[in-house]
Amino acid sequence: MKATRLISIDDLDAEDLALVLDTAEVMDEISARRIKKVPTLRGRTVCNLFLEDSTRTRLSFDIAAKRLSADVMNFSAKGSSVSKGESFKDTALTLDAMGVDTVVVRSGSSGAPLQLSQYLDVPILNAGDGWHQHPTQALLDLYTMRSHFGHLAGLTVTICGDIIHSRVARSEIEALTLAGATVRLVAPDTLLPTDLSAWTDGGNVEVITDLDDALGDSDVLYLLRVQRERMHRAFFPSTREYHRLYGMDARRLAALPDHAIVMHPGPMNRGVEITPDVADSPRALITDQVNNGIAVRMACLYLLIAGSEVDA
Amino acid sequence: MSRLLDADDIRRALRRLAHELVEANHGADGLVLMGIQTRGVPLARRLAANIGEIEDVEVPVGPLDVTLYRDDVASRPPRALADTRFPVDVDGTTVVIVDDVLFTGRTIRAAMDAILDVGRPDAIRLVTLVDRGHRELPIRADHVGKNLPTALAERISVRLAEIDDVDEVVLEAVPTHDPAPAGESGARA
Repeated sequence: MKATRLISIDDLDAEDLALVLDTAEVMDEISARRIKKVPTLRGRTVCNLFLEDSTRTRLSFDIAAKRLSADVMNFSAKGSSVSKGESFKDTALTLDAMGVDTVVVRSGSSGAPLQLSQYLDVPILNAGDGWHQHPTQALLDLYTMRSHFGHLAGLTVTICGDIIHSRVARSEIEALTLAGATVRLVAPDTLLPTDLSAWTDGGNVEVITDLDDALGDSDVLYLLRVQRERMHRAFFPSTREYHRLYGMDARRLAALPDHAIVMHPGPMNRGVEITPDVADSPRALITDQVNNGIAVRMACLYLLIAGSEVDA
Repeated sequence: MSRLLDADDIRRALRRLAHELVEANHGADGLVLMGIQTRGVPLARRLAANIGEIEDVEVPVGPLDVTLYRDDVASRPPRALADTRFPVDVDGTTVVIVDDVLFTGRTIRAAMDAILDVGRPDAIRLVTLVDRGHRELPIRADHVGKNLPTALAERISVRLAEIDDVDEVVLEAVPTHDPAPAGESGARA
């Protein structure tokens, strides 16, 4: 792999992207074994620096590192000196002094992983930063789509919901266009970025405001969580209205082509962007996404840490 | 560059190795052939086909990639991983590791660890087409196609029709300023 960090999907080219997905397939086989562990990263230390709440991403990185036999340090803002006011830089220098081999960082502040990479000389893996990027989420989503359809190029993926606050959407758009898929965004105007061109980088992206117009020819309907914690003023009148206009329910599921699938990065607001019957239907691959997250993160850790002693 | 074995030599060696395996195992019962990626894989398939003809049975055969078990993960650039697939549960079987070139023994150490991680075979055996010497670990092959003592500065390349369109084993001198690319048979591995 040419990339030496994964802060944004931008760090990967099409070849690296394919390598990550191919490697994840092999990692998947390990998770199916009785002894779900290989000795590859024995003696390496992975620090999970989680400055913002997370369930699945933190657990997933934790399991991924352990299945590769790495030592794992879990570090969260609560219960650490961060809550005493220690600066981000001093926290980084402490990690450096302890000799970590890689840092997985989650932060509510966009750009925190990039800043960390300026203090530390080890591969940095972004586990989600503010409104910016969540690259491993996009990679596990692409892996899930590729496993289901056998390919990515030519797929039409409709991403619906809170685009502007969504680091997942940003990473998703970049990764899907890099893989040759067509991306379609559906959202109320208030939840779309004012200048979409900065997000799409010339990729094949279209915007539709009515969800019902987007269903008929979508291969994947990707629902985003309504991120109330990032909304400090009203972006839409009520969750009921949002649900009526942009929520996925049984009627809209029936309007999708028979082969189409529904995805959601979690955590779900059941009854807002997705109804429980859709979330629990066999056409929703939401638990597959969580499961695939382990293999994809194993692949990322392996590709970034292995060979780190080779002089470039 | 000189050719040490041609297609007929390889065919005869594999035929003999198949007979030796069956004789040592008192038949083909319980044998599982695991070919080490990359060129061990077609060799294992050919051996399985030979044993099948001799004993009139179908021998389970699968590919084994040992990259995740290597002891030099840190000092080599990460490579694309190839498939590992155990065709049957290995508990109680005799797993035969099949590789093209036996050199330092480190690949075989990694292969044994990979096999023991998925189960507890009764025995693990090693078959190699070429043994070129220079072992760094206390490992030896149970059955060898051809012993070819070499100098460290030389490189043995096994080429197989399934991958290289030709069956042959050749000896090449490695220029000191240009070490063998990773993964090349007989590169220091």
